[in-house]
Amino acid sequence: MNWVLFSQQLINSLSLGAIYAVVALGYTMVYGIIELINFAHGDVYTAGSFVALTVLVFMGTTHRMVGVALIFTLIVVSLVTMLVMGATGVVIERFAYRPLRGRQRLAPLLTAIGVSFSLENILQLWKGPSPVPFPQIIANPFFDIGPVSVGQMQLVVIGSSLVMMAALHLFVNRTKLGRAMRATAQDWMAAEIMGIDINKTIALTFFIGSVLAGAAGVITGLYYGDTWFINGFRAGLIAFTAAVLGGIGNTTGAALGGFLIGFIEVMTAQYIGFQWAEVTIFSVLILVLIFRPTGLLGQQLPERT
Amino acid sequence: MPRSGVLERLGRYRFALGALVLFLLYPILDHNPGHVNAAADAAVFALLALGLNIVVGFAGLLDLGYAAFFAIGSYTYALSASPFYGIHMPFWPMLLLGAIIAGISGALLGAPTLRLRGDYLAIVTLGFGEIVPTVFLNLPKYTGGTNGVVGIDKPTLFGYSFGFNPVPYYYTLVVILVLSVIAVLRLRDSRLGRAWLAVREDETAAASMGINLTTTKLLAFSFGAFFSGFGGALYVAKLGVVSPEQFNFTVSFTILAMVVLGGMGSVFGVIAGAGILYEFQTLFLNDLTQWSHTIGTAWGISLFTQLNFVDLKFLLYGLGLILLMLLRPEGLFPERRTRAIIKERVAAEIPPEDVSAAAGATGAAESPTEGGA
Repeated sequence: MNWVLFSQQLINSLSLGAIYAVVALGYTMVYGIIELINFAHGDVYTAGSFVALTVLVFMGTTHRMVGVALIFTLIVVSLVTMLVMGATGVVIERFAYRPLRGRQRLAPLLTAIGVSFSLENILQLWKGPSPVPFPQIIANPFFDIGPVSVGQMQLVVIGSSLVMMAALHLFVNRTKLGRAMRATAQDWMAAEIMGIDINKTIALTFFIGSVLAGAAGVITGLYYGDTWFINGFRAGLIAFTAAVLGGIGNTTGAALGGFLIGFIEVMTAQYIGFQWAEVTIFSVLILVLIFRPTGLLGQQLPERT
Repeated sequence: MPRSGVLERLGRYRFALGALVLFLLYPILDHNPGHVNAAADAAVFALLALGLNIVVGFAGLLDLGYAAFFAIGSYTYALSASPFYGIHMPFWPMLLLGAIIAGISGALLGAPTLRLRGDYLAIVTLGFGEIVPTVFLNLPKYTGGTNGVVGIDKPTLFGYSFGFNPVPYYYTLVVILVLSVIAVLRLRDSRLGRAWLAVREDETAAASMGINLTTTKLLAFSFGAFFSGFGGALYVAKLGVVSPEQFNFTVSFTILAMVVLGGMGSVFGVIAGAGILYEFQTLFLNDLTQWSHTIGTAWGISLFTQLNFVDLKFLLYGLGLILLMLLRPEGLFPERRTRAIIKERVAAEIPPEDVSAAAGATGAAESPTEGGA
């Protein structure tokens, strides 16, 4: 076995996995709190890169930048995209999911599929059926670490994802709102009795999940240099697999699952063939569901009576 | 059985029989081969909707990768009756074999996954729906890869070759559809069919009445896939070619939309749903585009001349599905039982829309906050 190649691919898998992990967080939070597979989440992530692209074009910054100008642009683009996507998530929850909450399970799932399909087609009408180039505003020199090399963009991707995961972890575990989210996920009725506004808490969950998806959309666009309306379908499916692999409802599990799935995808592409990556990932999903349906770290779902 | 019983039973289906007479006359009334071809394709989708309805409508399992079984049925005939392997099996036995192979593959997918919770099943079937066309795409040696299989044999009946004329396919499809409808209606009223409905309505109650959940669900999957095999073989025989992109997610989604539109669980409803949606997408959207262009040109409104409703098809489906779920989740032609169950709320597990009311209703202490939206 060629260990240099393996190490190089390991680094590549980290940056891919970091993005999956951030998207998986949104799936797992929503599933944890209302037991809904929010199929639209992957499309919110892609919509994020579309919004970021629009903001970049609007600012007239489509060329490579350095220093303060770069940081300013990145902050503006990320903030606008995250807020727009967060609002989108809240709107989706309010108008498509909330009226059906608590209904027999088929209805909300079908609605989620409908939302996903609508979003995908809106994106297609917006920027057309082909992949759209995304401006590369960050320089991407490669640094050699012994025989392997790391791109600056990869460091940006991994670093910013880790920051977001840490921020989410602190929010969920250390703040009052985070505690309200955990309480609602565990037993909504008891949470309600304790004075938690359930509807606001669920809306907040959608907001945070979509904000993270939007941020992941910005990062993906910058990293890959293009975006495509259909990306969200595949990425969403894979990120959900990551969430299930880690243990649905469990945010640490989603992060772990994201990195593992990234690793599986990159290694399949390297050693079996890139066209088999998807097949391997979904086979992993099926195997996990059969042999360990609670995921690696165990699921955290509402308690049943 | 007394004769009056038969008449009475036929009387119950008088609307269906009336529609059948119209369907049989259709190619005589409409000489446009494009229209008959569209009607034949609509009949293929009606078969698919009938099969998916067993899974989604009867057993209440969400299958998001139904096109995979359609693909398996299609490829079974395509590979066994084309120059690709140089095998030329006769059509009629292959029609049945295609359905049987699709049915078996349904059981194979179902066996490990049907123990899962309902929403996990949705994601697994979605994954399976992606895997099957990808496998066909990635094995060009065995399946023709991107190019697919071309020159598929045309069916013959008593020495008469169907060729490229849509009319004989149309009649074959109508006959198979009628036989399938009878089979599905009989199946629904059988012990198994009643078990499906029981599982759909309350798994725990069904299990405690002695229904084996896994076997019952497995058979729903298998029978559902079986009917897609018929559709697949006839579809590719008529088209003459098959390739992986004919079976992507949009196909699964379209069939699901047909079932939901017609009314989950309602046999005649889903067939109507398939017919309506298929004609809507092939004929009506084109007409709508034409009208819009005519009006736009006449009145000088550039927006109207640029609109292409065919491109908006899937957006309309997506939005339609959301609106349907919000406003009429039981579909256009619901079965009475489905109507009640689909509107039911499952209280304790997930907070309903009006949280405080539900908490109060279940006997919990009065909430100190106002709650609600």
